[in-house]
Amino acid sequence: MKTPLDGLHRELGARMVEFAGYEMPLQYAGIIAEHTACREGAALFDVSHMGQAEISDPLAFEALVPGDISGLAPGKQRYTLLLNAAGGILDDLMVANLGSRIQLVLNAGRKHADIAHLTAHGVAVTPHFERGLLALQGPRAAALLPEGAALKFMEAAEFAIGGLSCVVTRSGYTGEDGFEIGCAGADAEPLARLLLSRGAVPAGLGARDSLRLEAGLCLYGNDIDETTNPIAAGLNWAIAKKRREAWNFLGAEPVRAALAQGPAQKLVGIKLQGRAPARSGASIHNASGESVGHVTSGCFSPTLNQPIALGYVRADCAAEHTPLDLIVRDKPLRGSVAALPFVPHRYAR
Amino acid sequence: MTQVFYSKEHEWVRIERDGLATIGITTHAQNALGDIVFVELPEPGRNVAKDEACAVVESVKAASDVYAPLEGTVVENNNDIIEDPALINKDPEDAGWFFRMRLADPGAVSDLLDKAGYDKFLEGLA
Repeated sequence: MKTPLDGLHRELGARMVEFAGYEMPLQYAGIIAEHTACREGAALFDVSHMGQAEISDPLAFEALVPGDISGLAPGKQRYTLLLNAAGGILDDLMVANLGSRIQLVLNAGRKHADIAHLTAHGVAVTPHFERGLLALQGPRAAALLPEGAALKFMEAAEFAIGGLSCVVTRSGYTGEDGFEIGCAGADAEPLARLLLSRGAVPAGLGARDSLRLEAGLCLYGNDIDETTNPIAAGLNWAIAKKRREAWNFLGAEPVRAALAQGPAQKLVGIKLQGRAPARSGASIHNASGESVGHVTSGCFSPTLNQPIALGYVRADCAAEHTPLDLIVRDKPLRGSVAALPFVPHRYAR
Repeated sequence: MTQVFYSKEHEWVRIERDGLATIGITTHAQNALGDIVFVELPEPGRNVAKDEACAVVESVKAASDVYAPLEGTVVENNNDIIEDPALINKDPEDAGWFFRMRLADPGAVSDLLDKAGYDKFLEGLA
């Protein structure tokens, strides 16, 4: 499938790749240049492959997620998780209270399954997968979008940009300040051209992945999936305080047990010595050579100029500075557990 | 005059005046890989078979093997690209060379493509 920006990507010389059933730009000028543009200026990403949807009954929805949705004030946004009965993560998503309705932003590869899951549990949901979604990210994002000046991090509002109706949240997936802007599919290209004309640099999925990894943010399908308990993934903060009183959401018991007992495995950040990255699937050994886990995401960090990774390790190996060996091409790469995020977040709080 | 040959795996082979073969990856290959951040090269003294995976390049996104286009013995590798892997992106067919080898059979270069043949091969991929 194609997003509404397909023609623009090709005009800009993007290298296209298949991702979650969509033809998406992997890169334009190059991953490092686009990554740097986002850390130092402002980058524009097409994330129209993600699924926008609307619900109207926060209470019904709340039965399927561990977040405080009924307490989400109008104009506010929150990250939450759809869990299965075993406490596994069906998807991670953003929820924004737009006053008249509640907007969800779902992962591209999960959106159809999410709609089926919500519907099967009696939550009325209206998909708007035809809509466009742009992410404007970086320290100059606010300067390029003066229309969004009133928003703070994790706030949402509807207003026009260049005469086009938009649903805007001040959030993103890069660790930088920025906005995610939903619009009608037909408005996506004029909106993108407007933001590019204001100085945003087009960036593809390659930079999006290295940016989110530096920011220590999980990628669904790599770092979390249906078998992942949120506590093992370090998503304890996504279990709202209020929801820890009643434990009345699908999958609550396994989450409660993992919180009480501590997970057997924990997701950690790992910084590697040398320059060789370790990729998803690489085995992780402790100092005595025992296999204690595996890498779920890895890349060369353009900001830190060294390889970084996320991976699950045995809980006794998860403390910061624990030395670990990552096995790549049958050879150990020396590394150690590092605090997340690798690169500090710079949100406009 | 030196002669340059190409493999369908996107390596170039330059036969030097001393008879040694210098091996690297083509402009097309570095462009397809994107920003290169790490390279692992075969050590001098290593014997490599034709089509043996003997070097690794890592871009931000992914790892790729580089194959020996011909059989021979590695005599030198390029420390400059180990120190600065981006040199492969900047100058793939000269300063970004990978390694030099003594060919087991200097006549085997005739199995490779010449410049015109490689360009035609690339057109076929487009």
